[in-house]
Amino acid sequence: MNPEIGHYALVLALAIAILQTVLPIWGARSGDAALMRVGPALAIAFAGFVALAFATLVAAYVQSDFSVLNVVENSHSMKPLLYRITGTWGNHEGSMLLWVLVLAIFGALVALFGYNLPASLKANVLGVQASVAVAFLLFILLTSNPFIRVVPPPAEGQDLNPILQDIGLAIHPPLLYLGYVGFSITFAFAVAALIEGRIDAAWARWVRPWALTAWAFLTLGIAMGSYWAYYELGWGGWWFWDPVENASLMPWFAGTALIHSAVVMEKRDALKVWTILLAILAFSLSLLGTFLVRSGVLTSVHAFATDPTRGVFILAILVFFIGGSLALYAWRAPALRQGGIFAPVSREGALVLNNLLLTAASAAVFVGTLYPLALEAFNGEKITVGPPYFNLTVGALMLPVVFAMPFGPLLAWKRGDLAGAAQRLMVAFGAGIVIAALAAYAQGGGPILAPFGMGLAAFVVIGAAVEIFERAGFGRVPFATAIARFRGLPRSAFGGALAHTGIGICLFGIIAETSWNAERIVGVKVGQSFEVGGYELTLARLEPREGPNYRDLVGVFNVRRGGVDAGTIESAKRIFTARNMPTTEAGIRTIGFSQLYVSLGDELPGGTVGVRAYWKPFVTLIWLGSIVMALGGALSLSDRRLRVGAPKPAKKPKAAAPVAAE
Amino acid sequence: MLLWIAFSLMTGAAILAVLWPLRAGVAPAASAAEADLAVYRDQLAEIERDRATGQIGAAEGEAARAEVARRILRASAEVSQQVESSRGAETRRRAAAVVALVGVPLIAGTLYLALGSPAYPPQPLTARLEAQPEQTDISLLVRKVEAHLEANPNDGRGYEVVAPIYARMGRIEDAARAWKSAIRLLGSNAPRQTGLGEALTAQAGGVVTAEAKSAFEAALAADPKDPKARYFLGLAAEQDGQPAEAGRIWGALAADSPADAPWQGLVRDSMARVGATPPAAAPGPSTSDVAAAESLTPQQRQEMVRGMVERLQSRLAQDGNDIDGWLRLIRAWTVMGEAEKAKAAASDARTHFAKDEPALGRIDALARELGLGS
Repeated sequence: MNPEIGHYALVLALAIAILQTVLPIWGARSGDAALMRVGPALAIAFAGFVALAFATLVAAYVQSDFSVLNVVENSHSMKPLLYRITGTWGNHEGSMLLWVLVLAIFGALVALFGYNLPASLKANVLGVQASVAVAFLLFILLTSNPFIRVVPPPAEGQDLNPILQDIGLAIHPPLLYLGYVGFSITFAFAVAALIEGRIDAAWARWVRPWALTAWAFLTLGIAMGSYWAYYELGWGGWWFWDPVENASLMPWFAGTALIHSAVVMEKRDALKVWTILLAILAFSLSLLGTFLVRSGVLTSVHAFATDPTRGVFILAILVFFIGGSLALYAWRAPALRQGGIFAPVSREGALVLNNLLLTAASAAVFVGTLYPLALEAFNGEKITVGPPYFNLTVGALMLPVVFAMPFGPLLAWKRGDLAGAAQRLMVAFGAGIVIAALAAYAQGGGPILAPFGMGLAAFVVIGAAVEIFERAGFGRVPFATAIARFRGLPRSAFGGALAHTGIGICLFGIIAETSWNAERIVGVKVGQSFEVGGYELTLARLEPREGPNYRDLVGVFNVRRGGVDAGTIESAKRIFTARNMPTTEAGIRTIGFSQLYVSLGDELPGGTVGVRAYWKPFVTLIWLGSIVMALGGALSLSDRRLRVGAPKPAKKPKAAAPVAAE
Repeated sequence: MLLWIAFSLMTGAAILAVLWPLRAGVAPAASAAEADLAVYRDQLAEIERDRATGQIGAAEGEAARAEVARRILRASAEVSQQVESSRGAETRRRAAAVVALVGVPLIAGTLYLALGSPAYPPQPLTARLEAQPEQTDISLLVRKVEAHLEANPNDGRGYEVVAPIYARMGRIEDAARAWKSAIRLLGSNAPRQTGLGEALTAQAGGVVTAEAKSAFEAALAADPKDPKARYFLGLAAEQDGQPAEAGRIWGALAADSPADAPWQGLVRDSMARVGATPPAAAPGPSTSDVAAAESLTPQQRQEMVRGMVERLQSRLAQDGNDIDGWLRLIRAWTVMGEAEKAKAAASDARTHFAKDEPALGRIDALARELGLGS
């Protein structure tokens, strides 16, 4: 396919986005139905052209078209097909195009599935979203154009960066972007509401599916990124408080707060101003994350771009959207009508507590991430804010959130009964204490953190189950009735409980791994053994292997526990021939929920090999818990109430919404 | 042409996305208040359902019902207050249509003409590799040899052919690897070993490393007269802090070589550097020297070429109006692996032809082709 087609499609997309910013909002302001209808049509066309541009770039990568500069710089004809495709977004220009593609897809989804939205809101949402697209397309076309050509084309591309030749790259950035960019929709909803000056309980229901989608993808994206770093970097760590990781965590906290405060808004018409602010914050933090990674202000594993003009451009985008939306907020928010009132101890109160703590956690990460940058910018002093700070602040803020989590759903709206909720949670308390005691026994002394944290995790998991059983009324009403009620519970109830369970599972994994992990760094020769975490590892042999574009030195380890054979682990030191660049291919063996992690170091003279081996108890629960969380989000998303307002077949066909006829 | 047709179709589709919804005769959309009502009715139904199954108490349900009912009342009031406000609709539609018809081609066309390169065809790698050899450049030919060697990794001849080309293209590491493969597969001889030694020396930034030294020694074992190996071994001695030994090696080399051997100047300069006295100009070439000259090794020939290139350079320094001469000079230095000199020549040529656009274009094109940067 001709790359110029992609280039023109991108330019055309910019033209469309400009019209999409102007026409629908104009239509909404003048109450013109036809102009408002232009919004969805343009959103779909926009997505079509951006997809065409992206497909053209992918084709250039697949065909190794080295007349495209971006392909020359970031691809190599010897790369396996999969990594040639994923290489499209493994670089600055391509990843920005992916960003806009995701933005376009979300816009098209609003256009296609937002049939229950009032036309003016939909028009304004699409208009605001298109303005974000305009900014990013200008950024791409003027500073990071992936369609620049080279004549004459070189014979071979330059890049085979081995770290990026991994399945993780295929999955992690798209998931993360689906999360980041998904919050652009909630942002657009918030700004649209501010423009219209109209915000009510129904708004919260319309915004909820988008917030849930973005949140679920962001959860998966962060978990995937964590697992990728875990197995690819060879250090056995799964969270480094790296600024890039923090950049994805901040919108996650804000987004988590948002999906909870939206519930209050939908049910009680309360917390409206706050919910709008959260929607703005979640996307602002996503933009900030994009800025941190893309501008090159950080130097970390992720930072592939270092070009000050880009940084300044993204900073301008940041200032425009964050500053603009907050100014609009300051101007319009006071005019919004306040909603229902509630007592401090109530479902609303619990959700407010959740919101305050999550926002505080987001702020703590924000300070820890940006303070060193600001300090460096002002007086050139380089400091690092390390894990102790984050563990202490975020840990201290998350503890009450997690502890309060099972209580929230058991409290009634408006005025709750805390003692009653506690009483109903007795089973969960019991489970927590039993698990804590078991953990203390298994540990036999040592830090108090492990038994306490595991007890808390069990409390959360059982607490989530208690909530469902309580709502169905098991034990209080006849069994058959309870079953019927259980079946009748809305999907969002199950979704919420499942997501809370996921947090408990994840917490259990985190606590178990941090308190009980074991690490050995040894030098061994073939035939020698060492012990880690109760397993005996013997280096059976070292053998060279040839891959398609790399050479491996593979260490094969026999694993035994108590003299019984427990399989083998293969860990490799990989050299990519084209670049002569080594990577570590950690050998990981999953045993139950735990993992043995073996990373091969350098070969020392005399046939000794450096080996780092870790025993990571229950480490997989960290990611499994995250997946359960995302599944909870998906389940909640399938709740039929989120689609209410759609024309139903039983009623008048073709009516855009039930009209107030009675 | 086909490309422009595609562009026109795409532009047309974009404009249509605006015009299509503007067509008349579509039912007006539901208002915000109407959409709100749908949600509130559903909330009411849900509360009824919850109360029927006993999930919420009667009092709690009643309170929630009252709250939702109030919302419904408010939204209904809004619906009834609604007025049709489509005055001026016709004007607005026309304006929007004009904006689309003019704006889309204007924005897209201007930007694309500024940024795009419509004249460049796509160049997928497989198509380029299948093209006729005379249409491809040297780097693609190398690429083909590489593909061949990948399939036949034991073809020593292939490595031998490609190694000096690598060296000329500045791909020193690849050159060293190719020489090593050639030696492994075809056995050691003087040209291969000196080629390897030279590549290793270049790789180390001009330092004759131990590995390079042993390569030159192997070359001498195969051909004790090899001038290049002898020169580099002298250089190794100098770098090892043995200027006297260096002087001795170079002295012998100068004495053994014909007086007009192109490397005489270099050897004599080097000797002066270490403080050795060059031998008096040797008598005319012996018959054996003539025979040797006839069977010049490629490396020796290159030294000869160097002399010619230097002459070309001094000629251009005096009279620089010969653009073809400059291009030849730039290319020659590059071919000989003297990237710095090539760059200097290119920048000299640029200053000389500062006002001559087509000449500048040719210089830049050549510099790009040779990978000299600018």
